[in-house]
Amino acid sequence: MLDGLYQEIILDHYKHPHGRGLRDPFTGEAHHVNPTCGDEITVRVNSSSGEFTDISYDGLGCSISQASASVLYELLLNRSAADAAGIQDAFVALMQGRGQVEPDEDVLGDGIAFAGVAKFPARVKCALLPWMAFKDAAARAGIDVSSEASEVKA
Amino acid sequence: MTFDVARVRADFPILTREVNGHPLVYLDSANTSQKPVQVLDVMRVHNERHNGNVSRSVHTLGTEATSAYEDARAKIAGFVGAATPDEIVFTKNSTEAINLVAHSLGQHLALKPGDEVVISEMEHHSNIVPWQLLCERTGATLRWFGVTDDGRLAPDESLINERTKIVSVVHMSNVLGTINDVTGIVARAHEVGALVMLDCSQSVPHLPVDVQALGADFIAFTGHKMLGPTGIGVLWGRYSLLAEMPPFLAGGSMIETVTMGGTTYAAPPARFEAGTPPIAEAIGLGAAVDYLTALGMEAVHQHEQDITAYALKVLTDVPGVRLFGPATPEGRGGTLSFGVDGVHPHDVGQILDALGVEVRVGHHCAKPTCARFGVPAMTRASFYLYTTTDEIDALARGLDQVKKVFG
Repeated sequence: MLDGLYQEIILDHYKHPHGRGLRDPFTGEAHHVNPTCGDEITVRVNSSSGEFTDISYDGLGCSISQASASVLYELLLNRSAADAAGIQDAFVALMQGRGQVEPDEDVLGDGIAFAGVAKFPARVKCALLPWMAFKDAAARAGIDVSSEASEVKA
Repeated sequence: MTFDVARVRADFPILTREVNGHPLVYLDSANTSQKPVQVLDVMRVHNERHNGNVSRSVHTLGTEATSAYEDARAKIAGFVGAATPDEIVFTKNSTEAINLVAHSLGQHLALKPGDEVVISEMEHHSNIVPWQLLCERTGATLRWFGVTDDGRLAPDESLINERTKIVSVVHMSNVLGTINDVTGIVARAHEVGALVMLDCSQSVPHLPVDVQALGADFIAFTGHKMLGPTGIGVLWGRYSLLAEMPPFLAGGSMIETVTMGGTTYAAPPARFEAGTPPIAEAIGLGAAVDYLTALGMEAVHQHEQDITAYALKVLTDVPGVRLFGPATPEGRGGTLSFGVDGVHPHDVGQILDALGVEVRVGHHCAKPTCARFGVPAMTRASFYLYTTTDEIDALARGLDQVKKVFG
């Protein structure tokens, strides 16, 4: 049963994270904590013309949360606000789908490896931690990546 | 009579179940313990045959319920060596017991700026936050004992002084397993006129605790960590102090008389038990105390000391495992927290669960303790009277699997 949770792709992102480390310059930053387990992540975004020219992060957490941040970096770097919102929505829907949602590899790339996580309710919040921090960091950079409004506000 | 762990286990129905295709290995008793049939039966029979509200009914059911509720109070009083059952206040849990003292004693002592409250860095959040709030309300200053590298309270001669009004420390740490020798702290506190509360949530379930020998003024503990149900906790306090303290929660049962112009309060313990209490739960806790008393707390403690010595040895031999807290069984209980190199505790716990081994992972509601050891989280295995050496071996095998997955 654990094979579904600890996919090779997830372990690989955990052991060799992409884009890790906080970088300057940035236009928005958010720090999120999971109060139940104490996991933390800081996400920074740098944006130019409504595109995420850099996404950097640092945090302490389990393999699921850290690998999820690495996948987020891969998926959202150099994307427009609208693209990022679409990918964010797809990832959140996958995580909240209780294992019933079939992920689209064209949209989620390595993110499809997280399909198994959705069957472990206690771990869903681990996978979502960097995504929620990203959304806040983007909002502070004046970019709304929530599904309702994926327009650039500033 | 020697301690027969197989016989004890036969009393706990849950221990026969499987988890994820493996026999359950329950190593999370510091979080909540399992219940023997003797406790489950008493609660079921109460609800099936004797259910009525307490302390107000003249009818037979109410009288039976009241008598069982008060019998439970007397059993618990005897269990911890209270001078009288009136020193036992039923609460929802340890957290409520500590909040009760923080509010009522804080008000009774009229804490003010310049006064000091002393806690420690190895406290559960429930013995930190109520005192932080009390200090915020009154302007008093919160101070604390540090923790040594081997998980003991760091001595600090000047910490308890003539400004100290309340000292509240943990008797046995829920993270490090340390059993604090509180003799010196109690003596020093009383010398300067301060009162002492001990969080005994982890000690009363596992070792003989006698409030007279401890010398403290208040202790808190909780039912569900000592084979009883959730929803019932205990505050023990010296009667003379309880009698002087104002109420905490207000409402039914805690009054002497009420007019529209004002209210006078019942004597303790009723003064501190507003509203209908958790009746079946109190009776269940009484049954848990009967069960522990029949086995003998010395025997329970000795069994856990043996298991702890075995576990310390086994875990020390697993490469890449770092133990937090005292390295030998002396002055520590059967709660072992550790880290596995390069693997987050959540991942450790998840892989162990797949093998039926249930441990706690995270900050254990003691973030300052984790921070003291430079980690955001730990994995914790905690033992009880039903824990076997085979279960420790299953934990060690599970840790080998953890390292295989993350190797």
